[in-house]
Amino acid sequence: MGHDMHYSVFSLLRNALAGNRLWTPAWRDPQPKPSYDTLVVGGGGHGLATAYYLAKEHGITDVAVLEKGYVGSGNVGRNTTIIRSNYLLPPNTHFYEKSLQLWEGLEQDINYNAMVSQRGVLNLFHSDAQRDAYARRGNAMRLAGVDAELLDAAAVRGMVPEIDMDNARFPVKGGLLQRRGGTVRHDAVAWGYARAADRRGVDILQHTEVTGIRVEAGRVIGVETTRGFIGAKRVGLAAAGNSGRVAAMAGLRLPIESHVLQAFVSEAIKPVIDTVVTFGAGHFYVSQSDKGGLVFGGDIDGYNSYAQRGSLPAMEDVMESAVALFPGFSRLRYLRQWGGVMDMSMDGSPIIDRTPIDGLFLNCGWCYGGFKATPASGWCFAHTIATGAPHPLNAGFRLDRFATGAVIDEKGAGAQANLH
Amino acid sequence: MRIPCPYCGERGNEEFTVLGAADPVRPAGDAPLGAWVDYVHQRENAHGPHRELWHHQGGCRTWLVVERDTRTHAVIAVRAARATEGTP
Repeated sequence: MGHDMHYSVFSLLRNALAGNRLWTPAWRDPQPKPSYDTLVVGGGGHGLATAYYLAKEHGITDVAVLEKGYVGSGNVGRNTTIIRSNYLLPPNTHFYEKSLQLWEGLEQDINYNAMVSQRGVLNLFHSDAQRDAYARRGNAMRLAGVDAELLDAAAVRGMVPEIDMDNARFPVKGGLLQRRGGTVRHDAVAWGYARAADRRGVDILQHTEVTGIRVEAGRVIGVETTRGFIGAKRVGLAAAGNSGRVAAMAGLRLPIESHVLQAFVSEAIKPVIDTVVTFGAGHFYVSQSDKGGLVFGGDIDGYNSYAQRGSLPAMEDVMESAVALFPGFSRLRYLRQWGGVMDMSMDGSPIIDRTPIDGLFLNCGWCYGGFKATPASGWCFAHTIATGAPHPLNAGFRLDRFATGAVIDEKGAGAQANLH
Repeated sequence: MRIPCPYCGERGNEEFTVLGAADPVRPAGDAPLGAWVDYVHQRENAHGPHRELWHHQGGCRTWLVVERDTRTHAVIAVRAARATEGTP
Protein backbone atom coordinates (compact mmCIF):
# COMPACT_ATOMS: atom_id res chain seq x y z
CA MET A 1 0.00 0.00 0.00
CA GLY A 2 1.24 3.46 -0.82
CA HIS A 3 1.00 6.75 1.01
CA ASP A 4 -2.42 7.48 -0.41
CA MET A 5 -4.25 5.12 1.96
CA HIS A 6 -7.74 6.49 2.62
CA TYR A 7 -8.76 6.20 6.26
CA SER A 8 -12.20 4.68 6.85
CA VAL A 9 -13.91 2.00 8.86
CA PHE A 10 -12.91 -0.42 6.08
CA SER A 11 -9.19 0.47 6.24
CA LEU A 12 -9.45 0.10 10.02
CA LEU A 13 -11.02 -3.37 9.72
CA ARG A 14 -8.61 -4.49 7.01
CA ASN A 15 -5.62 -3.45 9.08
CA ALA A 16 -7.04 -4.92 12.27
CA LEU A 17 -7.50 -8.29 10.53
CA ALA A 18 -3.95 -8.04 9.14
CA GLY A 19 -2.50 -7.49 12.59
CA ASN A 20 -1.87 -3.79 11.93
CA ARG A 21 1.18 -4.62 9.82
CA LEU A 22 -0.05 -2.82 6.69
CA TRP A 23 -0.19 0.74 8.04
CA THR A 24 2.13 3.07 6.17
CA PRO A 25 3.59 6.39 7.31
CA ALA A 26 1.02 9.19 7.13
CA TRP A 27 3.29 11.33 4.95
CA ARG A 28 6.48 10.94 2.90
CA ASP A 29 9.96 11.98 4.01
CA PRO A 30 11.25 13.39 0.71
CA GLN A 31 14.62 14.88 -0.19
CA PRO A 32 14.40 18.62 -0.89
CA LYS A 33 14.18 19.55 -4.57
CA PRO A 34 16.51 22.35 -5.79
CA SER A 35 13.54 24.69 -6.10
CA TYR A 36 9.80 24.95 -5.62
CA ASP A 37 7.08 27.30 -6.75
CA THR A 38 6.24 28.17 -3.15
CA LEU A 39 7.95 27.56 0.19
CA VAL A 40 6.18 27.76 3.54
CA VAL A 41 8.56 28.41 6.45
CA GLY A 42 7.20 26.73 9.57
CA GLY A 43 5.62 23.28 9.75
CA GLY A 44 3.16 24.07 12.52
CA GLY A 45 -0.59 24.08 12.17
CA HIS A 46 -0.70 27.34 10.23
CA GLY A 47 2.13 26.43 7.83
CA LEU A 48 0.73 22.99 7.10
CA ALA A 49 -2.79 24.37 6.64
CA THR A 50 -1.38 27.01 4.28
CA ALA A 51 0.30 24.32 2.17
CA TYR A 52 -2.86 22.23 2.14
CA TYR A 53 -5.09 25.12 0.99
CA LEU A 54 -2.50 26.26 -1.58
CA ALA A 55 -2.86 22.82 -3.15
CA LYS A 56 -6.59 22.35 -2.62
CA GLU A 57 -7.98 25.83 -3.29
CA HIS A 58 -5.42 27.22 -5.73
CA GLY A 59 -3.97 24.15 -7.46
CA ILE A 60 -0.43 25.07 -6.37
CA THR A 61 1.15 21.72 -5.51
CA ASP A 62 4.83 22.50 -6.15
CA VAL A 63 5.15 23.44 -2.50
CA ALA A 64 7.48 22.53 0.37
CA VAL A 65 6.94 23.13 4.07
CA LEU A 66 10.20 23.75 5.95
CA GLU A 67 10.16 22.73 9.62
CA LYS A 68 13.20 23.14 11.89
CA GLY A 69 12.02 20.43 14.30
CA TYR A 70 9.37 17.80 13.70
CA VAL A 71 5.69 18.26 12.87
CA GLY A 72 3.81 19.01 16.10
CA SER A 73 6.85 20.15 18.12
CA GLY A 74 5.80 23.79 18.32
CA ASN A 75 2.72 25.65 19.44
CA VAL A 76 0.29 23.39 17.58
CA GLY A 77 1.14 20.77 20.21
CA ARG A 78 1.42 23.29 23.07
CA ASN A 79 -2.00 24.90 23.40
CA THR A 80 -5.27 24.33 25.24
CA THR A 81 -7.12 23.07 22.11
CA ILE A 82 -10.00 25.57 22.23
CA ILE A 83 -11.94 26.70 19.15
CA ARG A 84 -14.46 29.58 19.09
CA SER A 85 -15.50 32.67 17.10
CA ASN A 86 -16.88 34.90 19.87
CA TYR A 87 -15.24 38.17 18.83
CA LEU A 88 -16.58 41.73 18.86
CA LEU A 89 -14.69 43.57 16.12
CA PRO A 90 -15.66 42.92 12.49
CA PRO A 91 -12.22 41.86 11.15
CA ASN A 92 -11.99 39.25 13.91
CA THR A 93 -15.65 38.13 13.91
CA HIS A 94 -15.69 37.22 10.22
CA PHE A 95 -12.22 35.69 10.16
CA TYR A 96 -12.75 33.45 13.21
CA GLU A 97 -16.23 32.46 12.02
CA LYS A 98 -14.65 31.29 8.75
CA SER A 99 -12.23 29.30 10.90
CA LEU A 100 -15.04 27.72 12.93
CA GLN A 101 -16.88 26.78 9.74
CA LEU A 102 -13.72 25.14 8.40
CA TRP A 103 -13.31 23.26 11.73
CA GLU A 104 -16.89 21.98 11.35
CA GLY A 105 -16.06 20.30 8.03
CA LEU A 106 -12.38 19.61 8.65
CA GLU A 107 -12.40 15.89 9.42
CA GLN A 108 -14.29 14.98 6.24
CA ASP A 109 -12.20 17.42 4.23
CA ILE A 110 -8.81 16.06 5.28
CA ASN A 111 -9.95 12.48 5.99
CA TYR A 112 -8.55 12.55 9.50
CA ASN A 113 -10.13 12.22 12.94
CA ALA A 114 -9.27 15.47 14.70
CA MET A 115 -11.84 14.86 17.49
CA VAL A 116 -13.65 18.14 16.79
CA SER A 117 -15.97 18.51 19.79
CA GLN A 118 -18.48 21.39 19.76
CA ARG A 119 -19.06 21.32 23.50
CA GLY A 120 -19.55 25.09 23.79
CA VAL A 121 -17.47 27.95 25.15
CA LEU A 122 -18.91 29.78 28.18
CA ASN A 123 -17.49 33.22 29.12
CA LEU A 124 -18.55 34.08 32.67
CA PHE A 125 -19.39 37.63 33.75
CA HIS A 126 -19.30 38.92 37.30
CA SER A 127 -20.87 42.41 37.29
CA ASP A 128 -23.60 44.42 35.63
CA ALA A 129 -21.06 46.34 33.55
CA GLN A 130 -19.46 43.14 32.37
CA ARG A 131 -22.90 41.73 31.49
CA ASP A 132 -23.49 44.78 29.29
CA ALA A 133 -20.12 44.34 27.58
CA TYR A 134 -20.76 40.63 26.96
CA ALA A 135 -24.29 41.31 25.72
CA ARG A 136 -22.86 43.81 23.27
CA ARG A 137 -20.32 41.27 22.05
CA GLY A 138 -23.04 38.61 21.75
CA ASN A 139 -25.22 41.01 19.75
CA ALA A 140 -22.30 41.87 17.45
CA MET A 141 -21.73 38.16 16.88
CA ARG A 142 -25.41 37.52 16.06
CA LEU A 143 -25.46 40.47 13.65
CA ALA A 144 -22.54 38.78 11.88
CA GLY A 145 -24.41 35.48 11.72
CA VAL A 146 -22.50 33.84 14.58
CA ASP A 147 -24.33 31.96 17.35
CA ALA A 148 -24.36 33.50 20.85
CA GLU A 149 -26.58 33.14 23.90
CA LEU A 150 -26.61 35.23 27.05
CA LEU A 151 -27.20 32.97 30.07
CA ASP A 152 -28.39 34.10 33.48
CA ALA A 153 -26.88 32.78 36.71
CA ALA A 154 -29.40 29.96 37.05
CA ALA A 155 -28.60 28.67 33.58
CA VAL A 156 -24.85 28.79 34.30
CA ARG A 157 -25.39 26.91 37.56
CA GLY A 158 -27.33 24.26 35.69
CA MET A 159 -24.60 23.84 33.09
CA VAL A 160 -21.57 23.81 35.38
CA PRO A 161 -22.67 23.07 38.96
CA GLU A 162 -19.11 23.07 40.32
CA ILE A 163 -18.67 26.83 39.88
CA ASP A 164 -18.61 28.91 43.09
CA MET A 165 -21.52 31.09 41.93
CA ASP A 166 -21.80 33.13 45.13
CA ASN A 167 -18.14 33.97 45.57
CA ALA A 168 -17.97 37.04 47.83
CA ARG A 169 -15.51 38.94 45.63
CA PHE A 170 -16.49 37.81 42.11
CA PRO A 171 -20.05 36.40 42.15
CA VAL A 172 -21.04 34.81 38.83
CA LYS A 173 -23.92 36.77 37.30
CA GLY A 174 -24.20 34.76 34.09
CA GLY A 175 -22.30 33.95 30.94
CA LEU A 176 -22.03 34.41 27.18
CA LEU A 177 -22.26 30.99 25.56
CA GLN A 178 -21.20 30.03 22.06
CA ARG A 179 -22.50 26.48 21.64
CA ARG A 180 -20.59 25.91 18.38
CA GLY A 181 -17.27 26.53 20.13
CA GLY A 182 -15.40 23.68 21.75
CA THR A 183 -12.17 21.75 21.55
CA VAL A 184 -10.15 19.86 18.94
CA ARG A 185 -7.38 17.30 19.39
CA HIS A 186 -4.42 19.58 18.64
CA ASP A 187 -1.78 17.03 17.56
CA ALA A 188 -4.27 15.45 15.17
CA VAL A 189 -4.69 18.82 13.47
CA ALA A 190 -0.96 18.94 12.70
CA TRP A 191 -0.83 15.33 11.61
CA GLY A 192 -4.06 15.56 9.62
CA TYR A 193 -3.04 18.68 7.69
CA ALA A 194 0.45 17.24 7.10
CA ARG A 195 -0.99 14.05 5.67
CA ALA A 196 -3.62 15.87 3.60
CA ALA A 197 -1.05 18.28 2.15
CA ASP A 198 1.35 15.42 1.40
CA ARG A 199 -1.41 13.51 -0.42
CA ARG A 200 -1.81 16.53 -2.71
CA GLY A 201 1.90 16.55 -3.54
CA VAL A 202 3.33 18.94 -0.95
CA ASP A 203 6.82 18.05 0.34
CA ILE A 204 7.05 18.23 4.13
CA LEU A 205 10.72 18.72 5.03
CA GLN A 206 11.25 18.14 8.74
CA HIS A 207 14.52 18.95 10.51
CA THR A 208 15.15 21.58 7.84
CA GLU A 209 15.87 24.91 9.50
CA VAL A 210 15.85 28.13 7.51
CA THR A 211 19.09 30.05 8.14
CA GLY A 212 18.75 32.82 5.57
CA ILE A 213 16.39 34.40 3.05
CA ARG A 214 17.91 35.29 -0.31
CA VAL A 215 16.58 38.49 -1.89
CA GLU A 216 17.71 39.91 -5.26
CA ALA A 217 16.56 43.28 -6.60
CA GLY A 218 13.79 43.49 -4.03
CA ARG A 219 12.42 40.05 -4.83
CA VAL A 220 12.76 36.81 -2.85
CA ILE A 221 14.49 34.00 -4.79
CA GLY A 222 14.76 31.30 -2.14
CA VAL A 223 16.00 30.38 1.32
CA GLU A 224 19.20 29.03 2.83
CA THR A 225 18.58 25.97 5.00
CA THR A 226 20.53 23.46 7.04
CA ARG A 227 20.08 21.16 4.01
CA GLY A 228 21.31 23.71 1.47
CA PHE A 229 19.79 26.45 -0.69
CA ILE A 230 16.22 25.93 -1.90
CA GLY A 231 14.94 28.26 -4.61
CA ALA A 232 11.37 29.57 -4.76
CA LYS A 233 9.23 32.15 -6.54
CA ARG A 234 7.23 32.79 -3.37
CA VAL A 235 7.96 32.32 0.32
CA GLY A 236 5.40 32.44 3.12
CA LEU A 237 6.62 32.87 6.69
CA ALA A 238 4.52 31.15 9.38
CA ALA A 239 7.08 30.78 12.15
CA ALA A 240 4.95 31.77 15.19
CA GLY A 241 7.23 32.64 18.13
CA ASN A 242 10.27 32.70 15.86
CA SER A 243 8.68 35.10 13.34
CA GLY A 244 10.94 37.97 14.38
CA ARG A 245 14.08 35.89 13.85
CA VAL A 246 12.97 34.65 10.43
CA ALA A 247 11.77 38.07 9.26
CA ALA A 248 15.09 39.60 10.37
CA MET A 249 16.78 37.33 7.79
CA ALA A 250 15.00 39.44 5.17
CA GLY A 251 15.84 42.69 6.97
CA LEU A 252 12.36 43.20 8.41
CA ARG A 253 11.54 44.39 11.93
CA LEU A 254 8.13 43.34 13.22
CA PRO A 255 5.66 44.73 15.77
CA ILE A 256 6.11 41.43 17.62
CA GLU A 257 7.57 40.30 20.94
CA SER A 258 8.07 36.62 21.75
CA HIS A 259 6.69 35.62 25.15
CA VAL A 260 6.18 32.35 26.97
CA LEU A 261 2.61 31.18 27.64
CA GLN A 262 2.13 28.22 29.96
CA ALA A 263 -0.64 25.64 30.05
CA PHE A 264 -1.43 22.86 32.50
CA VAL A 265 -3.09 19.47 32.83
CA SER A 266 -4.36 18.02 36.09
CA GLU A 267 -4.55 14.36 37.06
CA ALA A 268 -7.44 12.55 35.37
CA ILE A 269 -10.78 12.68 37.18
CA LYS A 270 -14.33 11.63 36.37
CA PRO A 271 -16.32 13.95 34.05
CA VAL A 272 -16.83 17.29 35.78
CA ILE A 273 -16.93 19.96 33.01
CA ASP A 274 -18.53 19.17 29.64
CA THR A 275 -17.86 22.59 28.12
CA VAL A 276 -15.11 25.24 28.07
CA VAL A 277 -15.36 27.79 30.91
CA THR A 278 -13.54 31.12 31.06
CA PHE A 279 -13.25 33.24 34.22
CA GLY A 280 -14.29 36.86 33.71
CA ALA A 281 -12.44 38.35 36.67
CA GLY A 282 -8.97 37.05 35.84
CA HIS A 283 -7.30 35.24 32.98
CA PHE A 284 -8.22 31.56 33.38
CA TYR A 285 -9.94 29.03 31.15
CA VAL A 286 -10.56 25.31 31.58
CA SER A 287 -11.92 22.29 29.76
CA GLN A 288 -11.70 18.56 30.40
CA SER A 289 -9.94 16.22 28.01
CA ASP A 290 -11.36 12.87 26.98
CA LYS A 291 -8.74 11.24 29.23
CA GLY A 292 -10.23 13.12 32.19
CA GLY A 293 -7.48 15.65 32.82
CA LEU A 294 -8.46 19.27 33.29
CA VAL A 295 -6.70 21.40 30.66
CA PHE A 296 -6.26 25.01 31.73
CA GLY A 297 -4.23 28.14 31.16
CA GLY A 298 -3.99 31.86 31.84
CA ASP A 299 -1.72 34.82 31.17
CA ILE A 300 1.68 35.01 29.54
CA ASP A 301 4.56 35.23 32.03
CA GLY A 302 5.17 38.81 30.84
CA TYR A 303 8.83 38.86 29.87
CA ASN A 304 10.44 38.13 26.49
CA SER A 305 11.31 34.46 26.11
CA TYR A 306 12.20 31.81 23.56
CA ALA A 307 12.69 29.13 26.22
CA GLN A 308 9.41 27.14 25.88
CA ARG A 309 9.14 27.11 29.68
CA GLY A 310 7.84 29.58 32.22
CA SER A 311 8.29 30.37 35.87
CA LEU A 312 6.36 29.74 39.07
CA PRO A 313 4.62 33.11 39.71
CA ALA A 314 2.56 32.78 36.50
CA MET A 315 1.61 29.23 37.54
CA GLU A 316 0.51 30.41 40.97
CA ASP A 317 -1.60 33.15 39.39
CA VAL A 318 -3.41 30.60 37.20
CA MET A 319 -3.97 28.23 40.13
CA GLU A 320 -5.40 31.07 42.25
CA SER A 321 -7.92 31.89 39.53
CA ALA A 322 -8.78 28.20 39.17
CA VAL A 323 -9.49 27.78 42.87
CA ALA A 324 -11.39 31.07 43.08
CA LEU A 325 -13.80 29.80 40.43
CA PHE A 326 -13.79 26.09 41.30
CA PRO A 327 -12.93 25.66 45.00
CA GLY A 328 -13.10 21.89 44.59
CA PHE A 329 -10.08 21.97 42.29
CA SER A 330 -7.86 22.78 45.30
CA ARG A 331 -7.77 19.04 46.01
CA LEU A 332 -6.42 18.15 42.56
CA ARG A 333 -2.79 17.61 41.75
CA TYR A 334 -1.55 18.96 38.50
CA LEU A 335 0.10 16.44 36.26
CA ARG A 336 2.19 18.41 33.82
CA GLN A 337 2.84 21.86 32.50
CA TRP A 338 4.40 23.25 29.35
CA GLY A 339 5.26 26.56 27.72
CA GLY A 340 4.95 27.76 24.15
CA VAL A 341 6.61 30.77 22.56
CA MET A 342 3.89 33.21 21.49
CA ASP A 343 4.28 35.84 18.78
CA MET A 344 2.64 38.70 20.70
CA SER A 345 1.59 41.56 18.41
CA MET A 346 1.20 45.05 19.82
CA ASP A 347 -2.63 45.15 19.55
CA GLY A 348 -3.28 41.48 20.27
CA SER A 349 -4.44 40.73 16.70
CA PRO A 350 -2.66 38.80 13.95
CA ILE A 351 -0.87 39.78 10.74
CA ILE A 352 -1.51 37.99 7.42
CA ASP A 353 -0.09 40.19 4.70
CA ARG A 354 2.44 40.89 1.96
CA THR A 355 5.79 42.38 2.94
CA PRO A 356 7.81 45.16 1.29
CA ILE A 357 9.80 42.37 -0.45
CA ASP A 358 8.18 40.95 -3.61
CA GLY A 359 7.19 37.31 -3.23
CA LEU A 360 7.66 37.31 0.55
CA PHE A 361 4.53 36.94 2.70
CA LEU A 362 4.04 37.09 6.44
CA ASN A 363 1.73 35.25 8.86
CA CYS A 364 2.32 36.01 12.56
CA GLY A 365 1.09 37.84 15.66
CA TRP A 366 -1.23 35.12 16.96
CA CYS A 367 -0.80 35.99 20.64
CA TYR A 368 -3.02 33.78 22.83
CA GLY A 369 -5.23 32.58 20.01
CA GLY A 370 -3.35 30.83 17.22
CA PHE A 371 -4.81 27.36 17.54
CA LYS A 372 -8.47 28.20 16.87
CA ALA A 373 -7.35 30.26 13.86
CA THR A 374 -5.44 27.41 12.20
CA PRO A 375 -7.83 26.58 9.32
CA ALA A 376 -8.74 30.17 8.42
CA SER A 377 -5.16 31.32 8.83
CA GLY A 378 -3.99 28.70 6.35
CA TRP A 379 -6.93 29.41 4.06
CA CYS A 380 -6.38 33.18 4.02
CA PHE A 381 -2.59 32.95 3.86
CA ALA A 382 -2.84 30.54 0.91
CA HIS A 383 -5.13 33.05 -0.84
CA THR A 384 -2.73 35.92 -0.10
CA ILE A 385 0.27 33.97 -1.43
CA ALA A 386 -1.52 32.56 -4.48
CA THR A 387 -3.12 35.82 -5.62
CA GLY A 388 -0.58 38.27 -4.25
CA ALA A 389 -3.25 40.17 -2.33
CA PRO A 390 -5.14 39.66 0.94
CA HIS A 391 -8.59 38.07 0.95
CA PRO A 392 -11.36 40.33 2.38
CA LEU A 393 -11.33 38.05 5.46
CA ASN A 394 -7.74 39.00 6.30
CA ALA A 395 -7.71 42.48 4.77
CA GLY A 396 -7.68 44.01 8.26
CA PHE A 397 -4.68 42.01 9.42
CA ARG A 398 -2.16 44.38 7.82
CA LEU A 399 1.50 44.69 8.73
CA ASP A 400 1.39 48.49 8.47
CA ARG A 401 -1.68 49.05 10.67
CA PHE A 402 0.41 50.38 13.55
CA ALA A 403 1.64 53.17 11.29
CA THR A 404 -1.78 53.89 9.75
CA GLY A 405 -3.61 53.70 13.07
CA ALA A 406 -6.00 50.95 11.91
CA VAL A 407 -5.20 48.70 14.86
CA ILE A 408 -7.60 45.89 15.84
CA ASP A 409 -7.89 46.42 19.57
CA GLU A 410 -10.18 43.53 20.49
CA LYS A 411 -9.19 43.08 24.13
CA GLY A 412 -5.99 45.05 24.62
CA ALA A 413 -4.24 41.71 25.04
CA GLY A 414 -0.98 42.17 23.19
CA ALA A 415 2.49 41.92 24.65
CA GLN A 416 1.57 44.75 27.04
CA ALA A 417 -1.85 46.24 27.53
CA ASN A 418 -0.71 49.88 27.48
CA LEU A 419 0.46 50.21 23.89
CA HIS A 420 -2.75 50.86 21.99
CA MET B 1 13.59 32.96 37.62
CA ARG B 2 15.50 35.00 40.24
CA ILE B 3 16.86 38.52 39.78
CA PRO B 4 19.78 39.83 41.86
CA CYS B 5 18.68 43.31 42.91
CA PRO B 6 21.74 45.50 43.60
CA TYR B 7 20.05 46.77 46.81
CA CYS B 8 18.04 43.77 48.08
CA GLY B 9 20.00 40.77 46.86
CA GLU B 10 18.61 37.86 44.83
CA ARG B 11 14.78 37.80 44.76
CA GLY B 12 12.12 35.76 42.96
CA ASN B 13 10.64 37.41 39.87
CA GLU B 14 7.20 37.61 41.52
CA GLU B 15 8.53 40.70 43.36
CA PHE B 16 9.18 42.48 40.05
CA THR B 17 7.21 43.87 37.14
CA VAL B 18 8.75 44.11 33.69
CA LEU B 19 8.32 47.01 31.27
CA GLY B 20 10.21 45.67 28.26
CA ALA B 21 13.29 46.61 26.26
CA ALA B 22 15.57 49.16 27.93
CA ASP B 23 17.43 50.38 24.88
CA PRO B 24 14.85 52.20 22.71
CA VAL B 25 15.22 55.94 23.17
CA ARG B 26 12.11 58.11 23.26
CA PRO B 27 12.02 60.40 20.17
CA ALA B 28 11.74 64.15 20.49
CA GLY B 29 8.17 65.43 20.70
CA ASP B 30 8.36 66.88 17.18
CA ALA B 31 10.06 63.83 15.65
CA PRO B 32 8.44 62.46 12.45
CA LEU B 33 5.57 59.97 12.89
CA GLY B 34 7.74 57.12 11.63
CA ALA B 35 10.14 57.55 14.53
CA TRP B 36 7.26 57.30 17.02
CA VAL B 37 5.74 54.25 15.31
CA ASP B 38 9.15 52.63 15.46
CA TYR B 39 9.62 53.51 19.13
CA VAL B 40 6.17 52.42 20.29
CA HIS B 41 5.44 49.37 18.13
CA GLN B 42 8.50 47.91 16.39
CA ARG B 43 10.69 45.44 18.28
CA GLU B 44 14.17 43.96 18.04
CA ASN B 45 12.75 40.93 19.88
CA ALA B 46 16.25 39.69 20.74
CA HIS B 47 17.00 35.97 20.65
CA GLY B 48 19.76 35.93 23.25
CA PRO B 49 20.97 38.73 25.54
CA HIS B 50 18.27 41.37 26.01
CA ARG B 51 18.43 44.54 28.13
CA GLU B 52 15.12 45.15 29.91
CA LEU B 53 13.61 47.53 32.45
CA TRP B 54 12.35 45.75 35.58
CA HIS B 55 10.74 47.48 38.58
CA HIS B 56 11.38 45.99 42.01
CA GLN B 57 7.83 46.79 42.99
CA GLY B 58 7.63 44.33 45.88
CA GLY B 59 11.01 45.40 47.26
CA CYS B 60 13.04 48.61 47.12
CA ARG B 61 10.91 50.02 44.23
CA THR B 62 13.99 50.79 42.17
CA TRP B 63 13.90 50.66 38.37
CA LEU B 64 16.57 48.22 37.17
CA VAL B 65 18.20 47.47 33.83
CA VAL B 66 18.41 43.67 33.69
CA GLU B 67 20.38 41.99 30.91
CA ARG B 68 18.85 38.55 30.49
CA ASP B 69 19.21 35.75 27.93
CA THR B 70 15.78 35.20 26.34
CA ARG B 71 16.80 31.66 25.32
CA THR B 72 17.58 30.45 28.85
CA HIS B 73 16.24 33.15 31.24
CA ALA B 74 19.78 33.42 32.70
CA VAL B 75 20.41 36.88 34.18
CA ILE B 76 23.71 38.27 32.86
CA ALA B 77 23.91 41.70 34.53
CA VAL B 78 21.78 44.03 36.68
CA ARG B 79 22.20 47.69 37.52
CA ALA B 80 20.04 50.58 38.62
CA ALA B 81 18.34 52.33 35.68
CA ARG B 82 19.15 55.78 37.05
CA ALA B 83 22.84 54.98 36.55
CA THR B 84 22.28 54.32 32.85
CA GLU B 85 22.45 56.87 30.05
CA GLY B 86 19.54 57.24 27.66
CA THR B 87 16.79 55.40 29.55
CA PRO B 88 13.40 57.01 30.06
